[in-house]
Amino acid sequence: MSDLSITGAGATADPNAREAPPASQVRGYWGNVWQRLRYDYATLFFLALIILIVASAVFAPLIAPFDPNKASMAHRLKPLFFRDNILGTDEQGRDILSRILYGGRTSLLMGIAPVVVATIVGGLFGVVAGYAGGKVNTIIMRGMDVFFAFPSVLLAVAISGSLGGGMINQLITLTVVLTPPLCRVAETATSQIRSMDFVDAARASGASTTSILFNHVLVNAISPVLVYASTLVSASILLASGLSFLGLGVSPPTPDWGLMLSTLRQALYVQPIVCAMPGVAILITSIAFNLVSDGLRQAMDVKA
Amino acid sequence: MSTQAQARLEQAPDRGGRAQPMLIASHLKRYFPIRGGVLNRTVAEVKAVDDISFTVLKGETLGVVGESGCGKSTLARLLMHLLPRDSGDIIFDGDAVGQLHGLPLRDLRRNMQMVFQDSYSSLNPRLPIEQSVAYAPRVHGMGRAQAKRTARELLQRVGLRPELFAGRYPHELSGGQKQRVNIARALALNPRMLILDEAVSALDKSVEAQVLNLLGTLKREFELTYMFISHDLHVVQYISDRVMVMYLGQVVELGPVDAIYAHPRHPYTAALLDCRLTVDPATRIETPPLVGDPPNPINPPSGCRFRTRCPHAERICEERMPLLGEWNNRPESHLVACHMVHAGSGHSKAPPGGLH
Repeated sequence: MSDLSITGAGATADPNAREAPPASQVRGYWGNVWQRLRYDYATLFFLALIILIVASAVFAPLIAPFDPNKASMAHRLKPLFFRDNILGTDEQGRDILSRILYGGRTSLLMGIAPVVVATIVGGLFGVVAGYAGGKVNTIIMRGMDVFFAFPSVLLAVAISGSLGGGMINQLITLTVVLTPPLCRVAETATSQIRSMDFVDAARASGASTTSILFNHVLVNAISPVLVYASTLVSASILLASGLSFLGLGVSPPTPDWGLMLSTLRQALYVQPIVCAMPGVAILITSIAFNLVSDGLRQAMDVKA
Repeated sequence: MSTQAQARLEQAPDRGGRAQPMLIASHLKRYFPIRGGVLNRTVAEVKAVDDISFTVLKGETLGVVGESGCGKSTLARLLMHLLPRDSGDIIFDGDAVGQLHGLPLRDLRRNMQMVFQDSYSSLNPRLPIEQSVAYAPRVHGMGRAQAKRTARELLQRVGLRPELFAGRYPHELSGGQKQRVNIARALALNPRMLILDEAVSALDKSVEAQVLNLLGTLKREFELTYMFISHDLHVVQYISDRVMVMYLGQVVELGPVDAIYAHPRHPYTAALLDCRLTVDPATRIETPPLVGDPPNPINPPSGCRFRTRCPHAERICEERMPLLGEWNNRPESHLVACHMVHAGSGHSKAPPGGLH
């Protein structure tokens, strides 16, 4: 056949032609994402950093040099590298490093758990709204718009204020605040995909809606949602810190990065560097999450 | 060839016999409501497909031509049941589709598949093409390994070497290659009929010729029936057995390709054919045979819809809508919806005779 040979010639002349994979080795989408991620060393480095930060929070009792709540009136607001207190001490003479390690437990929980829950809930509503369209879309999205009417910090303060302080309430607050934007991202991505011909082709093949959603819609909608969610991790940590700072989060003896910043700010003129340490922890964590999400976005873009 | 037959789904048997048309569409209608106002009420309707009846005979290629926006793609989607129809019946090989005791929709989709116009958006960008082709057989209960084998065989069949192409993503393919994948996907269920919606329109001429040849070969090999939708009159002439000309959601002329191209009887068909480019300087025309855009389908003209652009328009054209005429399955019948053709219609150019 003539057209067969023409195609063959075109394929060999293709500069992007790669080695032909053996018959059994066509990688799926996620396999390809992993392949690209494997050689993205910057992203891998920050991924390792995140794992390190999480591990240090989880194993805080094993690695912390001091009890985070043990005060010492004699050694208040000491500078960096004062005796065994590598990062100095706070206004009650507690070891900053130990408090940062323990504080990571609250702060990382505040950063990750609400985002995970909000991604599942918001993503589900968004995909349903985007795929169903019409009245269902209107009901879900107008409901979300109610939350968009408030600035996120104000909304968080309002919900936190009405629920009261404490860790569980803070988690609920953050989840409620983060759900609408994730829902919106999922809805936008889904309604774009919904109008593509390949969805119609799948319908024309007789596939069920569930199958189409999982095999065709979700794989395309998931990458903007996941990437946006990973940027929200740092935003969530900052928001949680802000709530703790305002006294709407965890209560004082519990170490938390935001709370530490809040109490240390009075000593800003005495020990500026020591007072900035919890902020540095927040900064490093946020940057790590943002850069990993950036790398993830690149790896998930098949055209990159 | 024997392994190929094993790997693919069985083609559904011919139920109605040779004489039964593959597809009968009768009085299909689809109006799109235009909503507006505070209460979101329907203020107008776009008559995208307005009372269309036709048949597709077994083994033939029915060409469908018409300007952009005349309802060709809507018609294709109605036939595939991707859009609900407002009224009308679709009968596939003698069985009414989607009715009690009729052909279930799922079976229709096994039997009839569609190749989409936009080769860019018609393939899932996140799936290697092999998985795109294997998806439909998987949906219909084929095992993973066997579906993969089917996909590879079909890719080979449309001229894409599976060892090179199976793992590629759509963005790594050219337009012609993507359209081949689309064709392979449509064939994956081993259908009896393909609707090709502008399947070659986006391709450049050399690739278009390759794909047309491929379609011809596949048609013989898999005993397919085609409905070929295009705005390209040359391509339709080349590939079709019969041609259906559409204007503003209606059929204006339907007949054998040679008859229509040699002696178009509807003024719109004649004008459309005059729009073709020619290489012969003697037959060149200076004035465009068809001026202006088609009227708005929201408020189509009364009577004959073409009368606003027709050089022969008379009073009768304003008053009465011309009908397509006798409706039958004979492949040789040439039907025209024009008062000039129907005897006794009241048009000054109509042949003399009694009331039609």
